[in-house]
This record gives sequence, structure tokens and C-alpha cells, in this order.
Amino acid sequence: MIKARVIVTLKNGVLDPQGKAIEGALGGLGFDGVGSVRQGKVFDVELSSTDAANAEAEIKAMCDKLLANTVIENYSVTLI
Amino acid sequence: MKSAVVLLPGLNRDRDMIAALTKISGKAPVTVWQTDTDIPDVDLIVIPGGFSYGDYLRCGAIAARMPVLKAVAEKAAKGVQVIGVCNGFQILVEAGLLPGALMRNTSLKFVCREVKLQVTNANTAFTRGYTQNQIIRCPVAHHDGNYFADTDTLSRLEGEGQVVFRYAEGTNPNGSLNDIAGIVSKDGNVLGMMPHPENLIEAAHGGSDGRALFESALGLKTAA
Repeated sequence: MIKARVIVTLKNGVLDPQGKAIEGALGGLGFDGVGSVRQGKVFDVELSSTDAANAEAEIKAMCDKLLANTVIENYSVTLI
Repeated sequence: MKSAVVLLPGLNRDRDMIAALTKISGKAPVTVWQTDTDIPDVDLIVIPGGFSYGDYLRCGAIAARMPVLKAVAEKAAKGVQVIGVCNGFQILVEAGLLPGALMRNTSLKFVCREVKLQVTNANTAFTRGYTQNQIIRCPVAHHDGNYFADTDTLSRLEGEGQVVFRYAEGTNPNGSLNDIAGIVSKDGNVLGMMPHPENLIEAAHGGSDGRALFESALGLKTAA
């Protein structure tokens, strides 16, 4: 069994209204040093494969086809 | 002209769309389910609005990967007209049938109100029943209608006249780039729009500004 963690983030230049709202809320709680907040997503995927290279290639294909929208998002894959 | 309406779990504007198409064309559209791999011979395929798959992952993302969308893409490639309204627009974008993405409204609020639209290209199969730059009324109801595309895509859309509807008179409800409310594909036979023209087609709706869109697409109206 191989476990992978996929992190999906918005590309630079793509407006993130949710991140902005969270940034504002942190300021409201008295955290003055917050420069900016960008919200993303984390997926933990378990694969039955035992071949790390295969697993990584497969997860990347999953990201391109479904987990990320590459028009607006970047992704990174880490095997854990 | 025959039409079809695509049904997916979580859509909720399908009955409104079926009613509008039936009233305007005089014929009930056929319906196709998400697992159908074949769509009957029709002139117009419509994906209605709603919350397919609960908007899980991203709006329209999971619906766009269902078998019926492959069938829609095949029909679109053959020149069949396709309209996606609201969630239907999000699904078309996620399926790669239209460029760009629809993101969370900048207000972070669900907006349900009437807006003004400017018909910025009246020379398409969907808008020929309007006059160029005509301002029409149209309802919107969405949480993720904020159109985004990279700079190159955006200038291509603008340059090729693919932006067909723009929010007008300061009524942009979602922060959409260039006030974009609706776009067509490069070939002009796929239309995606966030507003709901099917909800403004008769006196009982308080107006019929949306009617000409369906009349145009169904070949019932070829000029304003």
C-alpha cells in the first residue's frame, strides 16, 4: 500500500476571495502580522500499488484529470 | 427542431428548462441520464442549472467526468448546438468544452437577483434573435459565477467575439472578469452562461427577455 498526499493551490494571480475573507478574520482576531492567506485543498490517497514510481505517475494523472483544475490551480504530490 | 436535456444528480433547474423548451418549441425535449453514452439525434442539447454532485470538489467537476459528457462533446464536435446554464456552464468549462473557469463570487455570497445583460455578439446561433448591444433583463442564482481565464485566453475570447453576454449597467453580481456573463466556443456552437434565460420566457415570469435565446437556438427566430 502506498499513501500519497496531494496539495492543490491556486495559481499566482488567481483571485482567492475565500483566502481574503480568512485573512480579514485573522486580522479581526488580533493577528496583526498576516501578510496574506491563500486557501487550498489536501487529498490523502491510498493506492494498492507497491511501485512508487508507478504510483506517483498515476496520482499525477489523477490530478490532471480530476483533482486539480489546471486552468486555475497547481498541484504537488508527495508519497508518504 | 428537436432538443435534449441532460440530467445529473443534484441539478434542480431541469424542470424549468424542460418547461421552457416545451413551451417555446411546442415539443417536449428528450432527456438523457448521466450514464447514457449515446444522445439521440437532436439539434440542441441543454445542460441545466443546479448543484450536480453537491458542488463537491469544484462546481461541475464530477459531472463533467460522467459518460454523458463524452457524448455531449462528440455531438458538439459534429456541430450540434449545446447550451449550459449556470451549473451547466460550470460543467462545460470543467469538461473542457469552453475555456476558463468559474470561481467563487468575490462577495462570497450566493446571489439570487435580476441583472442586466448586454448582448455583445448578436451574430451567433444563440443570439441572432437579439440586436447587437441590446440590453436585456435576466435572473441569476449562483455562488460560483466569477469567470476567470488567463490573459491570453481572455484576449482571444474578446478578439474573436466569443463573449456574447456581459453584465451591464453595473450589475456584475460575482466579480467576473470583463463583466463576462456568457461565452461561446471557437466554433460558435457551444454556449455557456451563468444567468437563467429559461426563467424569463413568458408573462407569468414577469417578462420574456430570455425567450429569443431559445427561439434563436431552435431556429424559430433568425433576426431580431
